[in-house]
Amino acid sequence: MHTKRIIPCLDIKNGRVVKGIKFVDLKDAGEPSETAAAYDRAGADEVVFLDITASADNRNTQLEWVRNVASKLFIPFTVGGGIKSVDDFRAILREGADKIAINSAAIMNPELISEAADKFGSQCVVVAIDAKRRENGSGWTIYKNGGRVDMEMDAVEWAVTAQRLGAGEILLTSMDADGTKAGYDLELTKAVSGSVGIPVIASGGAGELSHFYDAINYAGAEAVLAASLFHYKELEISKVKEYLRDRNISVRI
Amino acid sequence: MISIIDYDAGNIKSVEKAIKYLGSDVLITRDADTILSSNGIILPGVGAFGDAMNRLSEYGLTAVIKEAVARDIPFLGICLGLQLLFDESEESPGVKGLSLLKGKIKRIPDNENLKIPHIGWNDLKLSGNGRLFDGIPENPYVYFVHSYYLEAEDESIVKASAEYGVKIHASVEKGKLFACQFHPEKSSDVGLRILSNFINLTKDGEE
Repeated sequence: MHTKRIIPCLDIKNGRVVKGIKFVDLKDAGEPSETAAAYDRAGADEVVFLDITASADNRNTQLEWVRNVASKLFIPFTVGGGIKSVDDFRAILREGADKIAINSAAIMNPELISEAADKFGSQCVVVAIDAKRRENGSGWTIYKNGGRVDMEMDAVEWAVTAQRLGAGEILLTSMDADGTKAGYDLELTKAVSGSVGIPVIASGGAGELSHFYDAINYAGAEAVLAASLFHYKELEISKVKEYLRDRNISVRI
Repeated sequence: MISIIDYDAGNIKSVEKAIKYLGSDVLITRDADTILSSNGIILPGVGAFGDAMNRLSEYGLTAVIKEAVARDIPFLGICLGLQLLFDESEESPGVKGLSLLKGKIKRIPDNENLKIPHIGWNDLKLSGNGRLFDGIPENPYVYFVHSYYLEAEDESIVKASAEYGVKIHASVEKGKLFACQFHPEKSSDVGLRILSNFINLTKDGEE
């Protein structure tokens, strides 16, 4: 059976994992490759890295940690942050990353999605969307620059456009739910996953076991992502998987 | 030493890193003599069947691969590297594959509930006697990324299969020729075990 995926997300700053992670057996929890390998052992299906400091100036730092991760991590991983061109894609994929997540760069230059998909295949093009509910409550708009700038573009429409241009996957973060631990934004997730044929990764708001189940079972997410919940070991990936399996959702255990 | 055949295919580094991680010497090369003098050969691949065959021909590698298989050098095709071992693919009609094994590469049929490409973890049904799967428990999960799949003519070469709307022949073995549709280099412990089984097969006959 094809399985739903559980994906921990790591924030990287200047080549180091930002949030602490409570894996006791790690020599250096700040080292991306060590932390990621620990997530592999813990049962993660993939790992997403968001490089929050990446820019043209420190591209080499980025390539170096990606290279290190690829020599120790033998599950698929996605790299996001500061990727603006097909050349950036090529450089990072060449180091062993499986997928690239683009957010603001895709908004500013949608053709990057199609160019990258043509060159490297849709399977490695992840369009990350930061969405927030409109003040009048009708639907969601997308934000760029790490959630700072409202583009006043409809989130569902943008997801459909991204798919048409060749995105292989949508990484959908609810800015309203992010950090609340009150659950994923199920209506947003459902609206997007019901409008595209490509997998949607739900992100933002996971706080307890039932949240993962709802995102998959009710909202149609193919994968569920969490960061701090796993960083701080508030929930174990294996517990999430057992919970889902007991509710007839196919997972890799 | 294991050679990974270099024909500009993507994602070649991941295979190299996994082999290195397992402690084996490995070289990415398109040099015929190097390839033919290695203990084992890996043909990776991501991309389109037609393009890949064109590049193999351009670099003179089709003959090298056929020679290596004729000499019984342990050989492992991965993903597109599995598909290329067969006659032809619906992906690139009219393009001749390596024809080392008999079977068809077909498009995964459209299905309302399943997305194409088939991306993600899926479990394998093992035939029980595949040497790549030595020591691996039943129904292991492995990582797939593909839109085309193998339907082998001779089912006795099929050592693992997966379900994705259709039955996918996920791994084959004939003599010292092995191939996997999935990515062992991205399949965590199970994948590393498969690669290490292959490495061990390359050591047969060594002092």
